[in-house]
Amino acid sequence: MGFLNRLDDPFNAEGIILGKVEDLLNWGRARSDWYLSFGLACCAIEFMAVNASHFDLMRFGCIPRPSPRQADFIIISGTVTMKMAERIITLYEQMAEPKYVLSMGSCANSGGPYWEHGYHVLKGIDRVIPVDVYVPGCPPKPEAFLDGIVKLQKKINQQAIFKKRAKLAEEEKIIVND
Amino acid sequence: MLVQEIYDNLKEKFPEAVLEFIGTATGDPSTVVDAGQIYNICKYLRDQDGLEFDYLALLSGMDYKDKFGTVYHLYSLKYKHRFVIKTYLPKEDPSLPSVERIWKTANWHEREAYDMFGIKFENHPNMIRILCPYDWEGYPLRKDYVGQETYHGVRIPV
Repeated sequence: MGFLNRLDDPFNAEGIILGKVEDLLNWGRARSDWYLSFGLACCAIEFMAVNASHFDLMRFGCIPRPSPRQADFIIISGTVTMKMAERIITLYEQMAEPKYVLSMGSCANSGGPYWEHGYHVLKGIDRVIPVDVYVPGCPPKPEAFLDGIVKLQKKINQQAIFKKRAKLAEEEKIIVND
Repeated sequence: MLVQEIYDNLKEKFPEAVLEFIGTATGDPSTVVDAGQIYNICKYLRDQDGLEFDYLALLSGMDYKDKFGTVYHLYSLKYKHRFVIKTYLPKEDPSLPSVERIWKTANWHEREAYDMFGIKFENHPNMIRILCPYDWEGYPLRKDYVGQETYHGVRIPV
């Protein structure tokens, strides 16, 4: 998977591990992904349960940050109204790169029960900001949320840091402009 | 006091303004009053000995399709009796006096009625929307409300 797996097959010389710097950096980034402490609706209650001692989100290296400028990813935990969407865009823009978005629950994914008749609800947070991980459920169980965190870590692990453009596929180069 | 007694008391005091008594099989019976006199009637209900409705439990707007309305659920903590007042308002430009100076809790309730139904409350200190954004178009709980297509460039419908 990454950097740590090389410990199983270390070089014979003491204290030497062969690996890529990219793997080392990604290993560090994936296991210290701090999130913006930000709750929206009933999903936030489930999210608080994940933070508590039964599920203990902190063992994944996730520490709540009160400021978007210190956060690595933001959890959209609940119904996003049109009024709130503008605030979320502001928060997202304040976060430093690289940044990730975890969309939690049916409302943030697609509007949920407000899909058809919610005049005031944004039909999915991916209409305004890019989403990395979707966690389904209404609300998602804490186990489902933790699975989303693991998925996010896997994504961070596989990310290119150096020579990003060279590693992209041809069709992605058109979209991504870094 | 029984609701009928309160109604009789009110009818005696305001013979012109008290219009109708609606007794229902379920729920609280209600009294329809003239919207223009709502402030004086509410002030009487709060201050009169024996009535003393010191608690406005709920103030809500209504859309009856052919007219608008407001509903006031009153409760007396001292005498433990309840009373429901209704007003009817015209479809065009509905407005009536605010009761915010009588019960402070009416402040936000009246703002909500304004936000959802477009009912304007005169002499309200802060008559602005409470839930929707300030630049929202239309009043969402009206029966003939049609939702916005976009809000600040973001598409709302599916």
